[in-house]
Amino acid sequence: EKLASSLSEAYGLTDKLTPLEDVSQYNNFYEFDTSKEGPAKMAGRLKTRPWTVSVEGEVRKPKQFAIEDLLKLAPMQERIYRLRCVEAWSMVIPWLGYPLAELLKQVEPTSDARYVEFVSLQDPEQLPGQRRAVLEWPYREGLRIDEAMHPLALLTFGLYGEVLPNQNGAPVRMVVPWKYGFKSAKSIVKIRLLKQQPTTSWMQAGPNEYGFYANVNPEVDHPRWSQAKERRLGEFLKRPTLPFNGYAEQVAGLYAGMDLTKNF
Amino acid sequence: MNWKTLDDTQLRRLKALVFLTALLPLALLMAAAWQDNLGANPIEKITHNTGYWTLTLLLISLGVTPLRQLSGANWLFRLRRMLGLFAFFYACLHFLTYLVLDQFFDWSAIAKDILKRPYITVGFAAFVLLIPLAVTSTNAMQRRLGGKNWKRLHSLVYLIASAGVVHFAWLVKKDLSRPLLFGGILALLLALRWFYKLKSARLRRSYSSV
Repeated sequence: EKLASSLSEAYGLTDKLTPLEDVSQYNNFYEFDTSKEGPAKMAGRLKTRPWTVSVEGEVRKPKQFAIEDLLKLAPMQERIYRLRCVEAWSMVIPWLGYPLAELLKQVEPTSDARYVEFVSLQDPEQLPGQRRAVLEWPYREGLRIDEAMHPLALLTFGLYGEVLPNQNGAPVRMVVPWKYGFKSAKSIVKIRLLKQQPTTSWMQAGPNEYGFYANVNPEVDHPRWSQAKERRLGEFLKRPTLPFNGYAEQVAGLYAGMDLTKNF
Repeated sequence: MNWKTLDDTQLRRLKALVFLTALLPLALLMAAAWQDNLGANPIEKITHNTGYWTLTLLLISLGVTPLRQLSGANWLFRLRRMLGLFAFFYACLHFLTYLVLDQFFDWSAIAKDILKRPYITVGFAAFVLLIPLAVTSTNAMQRRLGGKNWKRLHSLVYLIASAGVVHFAWLVKKDLSRPLLFGGILALLLALRWFYKLKSARLRRSYSSV
């Protein structure tokens, strides 16, 4: 299913795109399966219509959005982003979406809204990987409000000119390109604005390994492997990982004065 | 024909069959590479595949003795060296994949990995420990070392297999089901080994008391 959009010039990238086949066949989506190939095989079980996203919490106008309305809420842009997985591989993907800020503005966050939590779908019938407690379901992720309002943080509905393949987080997901991939919640059903920092599924699974921020950082290693380099899929030699995945100019200011080894 | 005993021709055929079967994973991997069928991350696939077969063949070779004791089929014993050497063969492929395809001879990165990443440390140690076992696998080396020393040296294989399981468990991001399966099988094999050791010790004692 095609999705109309305009390429946002400011977010073009000279990096070579990762082919659609790799983007849609090599996935981390534990709700389907913990292997890389599994999600694509299982993804047919997910029903993406009807779908609603509830936006609630510290907001003046909490609202349930039907996916049809979300698709029309703001002009759809094509943005080519690097995706860096915490497992030290990376891709370059042309996403379709609009800044999450567009949606958040509609519900009018209160001054107490300091964090945003994303909750993914929980339904073991459609997501058979949830029959095993690999992570605590539903999958929960979060951002600080200034991160969530940043123009790079994309509420995403498609890739390569079409609606998202189910295994890539259909019908709606986040893409936060300066953070490790797991920060970008998939198949979102609820967005909650909170006073307190939420605990994410990965923080629960490994508090020493996965922090709340999870900014791409070649200087701060994962306790069990180096983050200094990455394998761009399709390339033979590893390439050096860039601070904030190459988006330092846009986002480094968000973390001024913070110790990024502690806030990993 | 009694399946518990094999004549020389049968044994030779069986060995040829096991030899070809043990090469099958490599053949399948090469066929997949040839057809560009290794997925989006071929190096990761080759690394995981050769590692998987190293551990699998190690466990199969460790299964020979208990299986022989359970079944009474003594010819199983004659396959053990080949299975062990195949485990070493896949371990070499696994290590070479890491050295050439994954790190491309980036010696400083490799040194850092071995010192700093516990799963690499353990995996590398297991690989290094396999080398003396492979080198002393010949009849001549067995004679030179003497049965007792040789046996003591080769009981290292339990330590190596344990290190292999730990290596696997530590590299997995979250889903531990497969490393735990390997670990469970290894624990079972160790338990069987102790069981037979105790049993034969008790038998020896009862003979000597007669």
